Amino acid sequence: MDAFLGYYNYWIVIALMMTGLYTVAASGNLVKKIIGLNIFQTSVFLFFISVGKVSGGTAPILAEGWTRYSNPLPHVLILTAIVVGVATTAVGLALIVRVNRAYATIEDDEIRRSDLPDSS
Amino acid sequence: MIASHLPALQVVVPLVAAPVCVLLRWSRVAWMVAMAASLFAVGGAWCLLAGVLSAGPTSYFLGSWAAPWGIEYRVDETNAWVMLVVSVISAVSLLFARRSVEREVETDRIHLFYTAWLLCLAGLLGMAVTADAFNVFVFLEISSLSTYVLVSLGTRREALVAALRYLVLGTVGATFFLIGVGLLYQVTGTLNMGDLATRIAQLGPHRTVTAAFGFLAVGIAVKSAVYPLHTWLPNAYAFAPSAVSAFLAGTATKVSLYLLLRFLFTVFGHEFVAGGPVPVLLALTGVAAVVAASVAAVRQDDAKRLLGFSSVAQIGYLVLGVSLLTTEGVAASLIHLFGHALMKTALFVCLGAIVYRIGSARIDDMAGIAKRMPWTCAALVVGGLSLIGVPLTAGFVGKWYLVAAALEAGWWPVAAAMLLASLIAVAYVWKLVESAYFRAPSARVAAARGAPFSMVAAAWGLSGANIWFGIDTSLPIGVANRAAAALLGG
Repeated sequence: MDAFLGYYNYWIVIALMMTGLYTVAASGNLVKKIIGLNIFQTSVFLFFISVGKVSGGTAPILAEGWTRYSNPLPHVLILTAIVVGVATTAVGLALIVRVNRAYATIEDDEIRRSDLPDSS
Repeated sequence: MIASHLPALQVVVPLVAAPVCVLLRWSRVAWMVAMAASLFAVGGAWCLLAGVLSAGPTSYFLGSWAAPWGIEYRVDETNAWVMLVVSVISAVSLLFARRSVEREVETDRIHLFYTAWLLCLAGLLGMAVTADAFNVFVFLEISSLSTYVLVSLGTRREALVAALRYLVLGTVGATFFLIGVGLLYQVTGTLNMGDLATRIAQLGPHRTVTAAFGFLAVGIAVKSAVYPLHTWLPNAYAFAPSAVSAFLAGTATKVSLYLLLRFLFTVFGHEFVAGGPVPVLLALTGVAAVVAASVAAVRQDDAKRLLGFSSVAQIGYLVLGVSLLTTEGVAASLIHLFGHALMKTALFVCLGAIVYRIGSARIDDMAGIAKRMPWTCAALVVGGLSLIGVPLTAGFVGKWYLVAAALEAGWWPVAAAMLLASLIAVAYVWKLVESAYFRAPSARVAAARGAPFSMVAAAWGLSGANIWFGIDTSLPIGVANRAAAALLGG
């Protein structure tokens, strides 16, 4: 039981990661693919944040009576990764807007059908 | 004073030049800014390479923060060489790009096109120069995001779909890379590559390290289009603007392959890699790539897609060289990496010039084009010969060393696959040549004129380099041997 509850944050990460990847692979709707990508990336953010947490540790600010501090570095890294994720989502959604204008659909299979000679 | 900051300037100059392009809003000036930044990067990379060859690797600490805590930029033979290739290809592609982009991109967006180009260049050079695993991820995403934008600017609507597919796959790949970096940080507490290498060696066999290696390898493999993960590449190259195809074909996958080398040999080390199933897996994907992608290339009707599949095959060659895990194999891969950048960019530039005149990249549409564009088509033939690996071209040198390294390691099936794929390459290069030289011109072709001088100059600059480095091989072989020795020894 402890193997499960003791690592519950990692189980959440894995569940989110699989949900995200499955959505990317299985969904035919381009917006849903981007949402899946977001869930996938978020799971990695959570993973990094879990890594930085030290049991019983406090925020890394010098204070009376504290000797254990959480590691701030993974949190800072993830701040950068979140920015990257937002940029990716923005570019992806902008592309979908253009795709919708050009094809009048955002369903993968309909796009494939209208471009048949070029898709293989 | 400036010279000591060169490693950082390689990244900073293109990165600062990018917003300058946005602010100036003038397409001609934006091109000049991009060209100036690329030429600066060429000069910088050359000075760095010369410095490394005479005085050994150098480290640069950003903001003067010492290595394991601050971000370190480390220049050695391998990445100085990769930076030189990337910046030269960027400069030559830009020479070609000026006229081509005026035709293919809307006028009020041209300055933004060059902004994305510069960001991509900054990202690629950053990936090469940095010695910090997380910093690699950031530069990887900078170059990838700008690449998606560049690909989507193609004239046909399929470009949008190709860019989006690339975005989805590329982001999954980059996120895998990030997971790998996270796992490594979790177990070692460091992000500096040199520091990682020492601590991984101290740890010995460790399940987290193995998992991290798996995530990193798959992430990098997506980015460098290693065979089963290559599906984004042919369409992205086929529908991107001609200049972008030329630029990406010579740079993006090459820098990712450099990352593969860096993580395999510098971070994880030869013993770790040799102990696992990695060499066999790499060899299998490599053989699959050279054979299957070459066959796929023969079946294409679109010349740019054909070259895209051929790129996947050539990446297979590079992976095969790496999979031998010998100094000879890695050196051969580095030589072929350089040769492939030259030949594939040359071919895409020639095709781009043809597309500029006839407005189509379909092989049937370019029937008889050699009579109208003799110089461009002659350069195309030279690039094609180099792609096949005919003696006296850069492609021959790379393949010769690859086959020799495979035979020396006793992997004769690998050598056989390489030779078979070269024969298939004859078939797909012949498809282009046959259409261009031995068919009656269509009405569309009859109206075409010779390509603009800047395009012919770019094409012949690259084709000439293919011949030059096929005859005088001292520079690439000398650098590659030293780089491989340093990678496997250190």
